[in-house]
Amino acid sequence: MDSKLLQFSSISKKLIMALAGLFLIVFLLVHLAINLLLLMNDSGLLYSQAVKFMTTNIIIKIFEIFLFGGFIIHILVGVVLQIKNWISRPVGYYVMNKSKTSFSSKYMIWTGLIIFVFLAIHFMNFYFVKLGIVEPPAGVSVHDFYTMAILLFSNKIYSFIYILLLILLGFHLNHAFQSAFQTLGFNHNRYTPALKIIGTIYSVIVAGGFIIIPIYFMFFNN
Amino acid sequence: MNLTLKIWRQKNAKTKGKFVTYKIKNVSEDSSFLEMLDQLNEQLISENQDSVAFDKCPVAFDHDCREGICGMCGLYINGRPHGPDLGITTCQLHMRKFKDGDTIVIEPWRAKPFPLIKDLVVDRSSFDKIIQAGGFVSINTGSAQDANAILISKKNADLSMDAAACIGCGACVATCKNASAMLFVAAKVSQFALLPQGKVEAVERVKNMISTMDELGFGNCTNTYACEVECPKLISVTNIARLNREFIHAKVIAEKERQISGGF
Repeated sequence: MDSKLLQFSSISKKLIMALAGLFLIVFLLVHLAINLLLLMNDSGLLYSQAVKFMTTNIIIKIFEIFLFGGFIIHILVGVVLQIKNWISRPVGYYVMNKSKTSFSSKYMIWTGLIIFVFLAIHFMNFYFVKLGIVEPPAGVSVHDFYTMAILLFSNKIYSFIYILLLILLGFHLNHAFQSAFQTLGFNHNRYTPALKIIGTIYSVIVAGGFIIIPIYFMFFNN
Repeated sequence: MNLTLKIWRQKNAKTKGKFVTYKIKNVSEDSSFLEMLDQLNEQLISENQDSVAFDKCPVAFDHDCREGICGMCGLYINGRPHGPDLGITTCQLHMRKFKDGDTIVIEPWRAKPFPLIKDLVVDRSSFDKIIQAGGFVSINTGSAQDANAILISKKNADLSMDAAACIGCGACVATCKNASAMLFVAAKVSQFALLPQGKVEAVERVKNMISTMDELGFGNCTNTYACEVECPKLISVTNIARLNREFIHAKVIAEKERQISGGF
């Protein structure tokens, strides 16, 4: 697969990257919507129902394959593109580049890699538990994601790392959103500035939305 | 003004380079950056007439028209291609942009497809190869046709002219963290794609230019837009989006049409 991937032209790879990225952007909204159900004052009833639906529904199961595909393609193509970028400048500059660019755009590979590490931890905590690869916490049922989430968020160190990583995800998304449209050829005098604002709003909502949850469980759910 | 210059010195691509520090006095703030380097070279010649040490020989740097239109000059000055000003080439940069006592670090363009020749001079013929890969534009020979026979909207004529302003200096590649040539290729593709005369070979042009760009070892665009900031001709990144559209059209739509029409 890797050699096939290398044969694609640079723009083709970027198009694949952008499409997979946009797919993940939509997925994050669905994920956030379900997670926000944790904040309902119903001892996790609605959240557990949503989790049950997401883990048993056949359509969701099929969708899950596409989702994993999206993640793998986005990560793999991103790494391949980045390696080529590093090779393209074997001798670097003595003075660090001072050209004015956005903060988020310069560190996409690093924010991306940190998100990947987070994803691995996330899988250990939830998805692999569901699959039976990882043991659930003592006394918690395999399907009781609500208790698992609350247990994790009651750990202040875990919550702090979670919040930090989601801030990085916010930066990643802030550039990713408008960048994907540019790669797909969409750049318009009037709509692109609007799109950049929408991208920033989206990143704040997604990162902020996920961050509210541990903050709620740490400080307001005593 | 008196300045300290930290300049990259390298005899050729095979030898190891290093920074050499030079002191230069009485630089007029009205002189251009290249005139300041001329002054340094004059100084090196008069000071070291009997010396054969490489770092005491004049510094090699590219230049030609010194009017900002040829695209030959290009130095990476204090972390920015063409120095601290916007929308200008190195030859148009004036010393008034610096202060007395400043230390200025001067480096060559750094990119794998721009191999170093000597000191601050790099080989940018990879850009020529990309242009060559773009091929020709079909025009009827014979007597010139009426200028108004081909209608072109003012908007497209302006956009095409803006793209054609690219002088191929390589600042976009030099400043890009990925050493990507997308802005250059985008300008060259756009200037023709926007005009009816350029549409005939548009599909082949974009495909060939991109594949040549990839083969030459340029990096991939990550939409950081540093290129647009440093371009002396202020070429917009909207051209990169157009290049992407042209590419998608060539690969998806045009390819489909070709298949339907039986390969013709």
